[in-house]
Amino acid sequence: MNFWGFNISETRSINYDTNDKDMLIHVLQEVPSCKLCIECGGCTAGCTAGRLTSFNIRKLQMFMKRGENKEIREELHKCMLCGKCILVCPRGVDTRKMILSMMKYIKNNQK
Amino acid sequence: MHTVIIIGGGPAGCEAAYQLASDGIQVHLIEKNNETGGNLNNWYQLFPDRKNAQDLNKRLQEQLNHPGITLHLGMEPSRVEKDGQGRFSVSLSDGSLLEGDALLVATGFKTFDAKRKEEYGYGIYENVVTSVDLENMFRNHAIRTSKGDVPRRIGIIHCVGSRDEKVCNFHCSKLCCITGVKQAIELREMLPESEIFCFYMDMRMFGPGYEEMYREAQEKYNIKFIRGRLSEAAENREHQVQVKVEDTLLGRPLRVTLDLMVLLVGMEASNETQGMARELGVKLAPSGFILPLDPHYGNNLTGEKGVFITGCCSAPMNLTDTLNDARSAAVCITRYLNMK
Repeated sequence: MNFWGFNISETRSINYDTNDKDMLIHVLQEVPSCKLCIECGGCTAGCTAGRLTSFNIRKLQMFMKRGENKEIREELHKCMLCGKCILVCPRGVDTRKMILSMMKYIKNNQK
Repeated sequence: MHTVIIIGGGPAGCEAAYQLASDGIQVHLIEKNNETGGNLNNWYQLFPDRKNAQDLNKRLQEQLNHPGITLHLGMEPSRVEKDGQGRFSVSLSDGSLLEGDALLVATGFKTFDAKRKEEYGYGIYENVVTSVDLENMFRNHAIRTSKGDVPRRIGIIHCVGSRDEKVCNFHCSKLCCITGVKQAIELREMLPESEIFCFYMDMRMFGPGYEEMYREAQEKYNIKFIRGRLSEAAENREHQVQVKVEDTLLGRPLRVTLDLMVLLVGMEASNETQGMARELGVKLAPSGFILPLDPHYGNNLTGEKGVFITGCCSAPMNLTDTLNDARSAAVCITRYLNMK
């Protein structure tokens, strides 16, 4: 019954205290190199999917690290798994394996 | 035989004293405290090799046993005068008078007073400590909250009192980044179960082995780095610290509750450095540190003939650079005395 046409906006703030970090724990176990990201954006600059869509692999892994899993569910399928991001990463993060691990987690934890 | 008066017995003053004395120069070393070492006395381990700070301190102290060095502990220079022949006379607080052919200022830095950044709650909230307090906790092997619990979540705040116009410090203190990485690793070793964050603006890993240590902090020690500057902190009923930062690389505000918050306090010119600059008519840089004559060729020179500077009285420096700077000052002084 939204009589006035106004809503209470949902907070954009990341609440680290309450967020669910279960996906992060799962992915870090499978792909420990994830910890090494320094957020340089090299992966995203050359990303084939990012050129055509809103897909941003750097942000996706950051969302995972903060427990903001909603964004990941919405974005993950845009990745084409071409692996260009692995070639460019200066810290040796296995980015494609990370994506696959996230996909696996989501598939096994459909809510 | 020439005599040099060194003011300040921290690492820079001690190393310069030894180098000068080894060159056959008579040295008077004045230190206001009852022991040498200066700020090094407050440190537990050093980056990048995690050497015990007191081992280095002891080595510097042992060098002072050189017969050419006279130590004046617990003394401060009350007056410094220069005569027409370029000789200096320094009156000490006990009334004695020292004479020398050159003066070396090694009066160093002080750490930023975190209370000036009131919005971070140091001295107001129970579980906010500075990086210097933390070194002390390391030495006592006791990392606890005010209630005596093991802190489960710890946040390290970079750039406190540095790069901040609001506290009149435009300069970068340079060492806090690597100190933060070192302290995060030390915390992890003592508290393997805790979650440890660093909130940074930039990670400035300028020295050899520093970037490697940063990488190790992520890979081996699982330290979490979040780019964003703390605007203010609040305390909840459990005396935890609630912080809000912008997670700038996500472009979203972030809230997190910490059991312990560590402020990486920056470096400022010590009161003695500023006092000596006034007394000697030496120029200060906008940062408040003493301005060297030239940033490449005259690091240890001032505009005043016979007055030399070394160590952190001219800029924030790590110990490697401080000791190098002290040796460089000794070379400059020896050359100056030989030309006299």
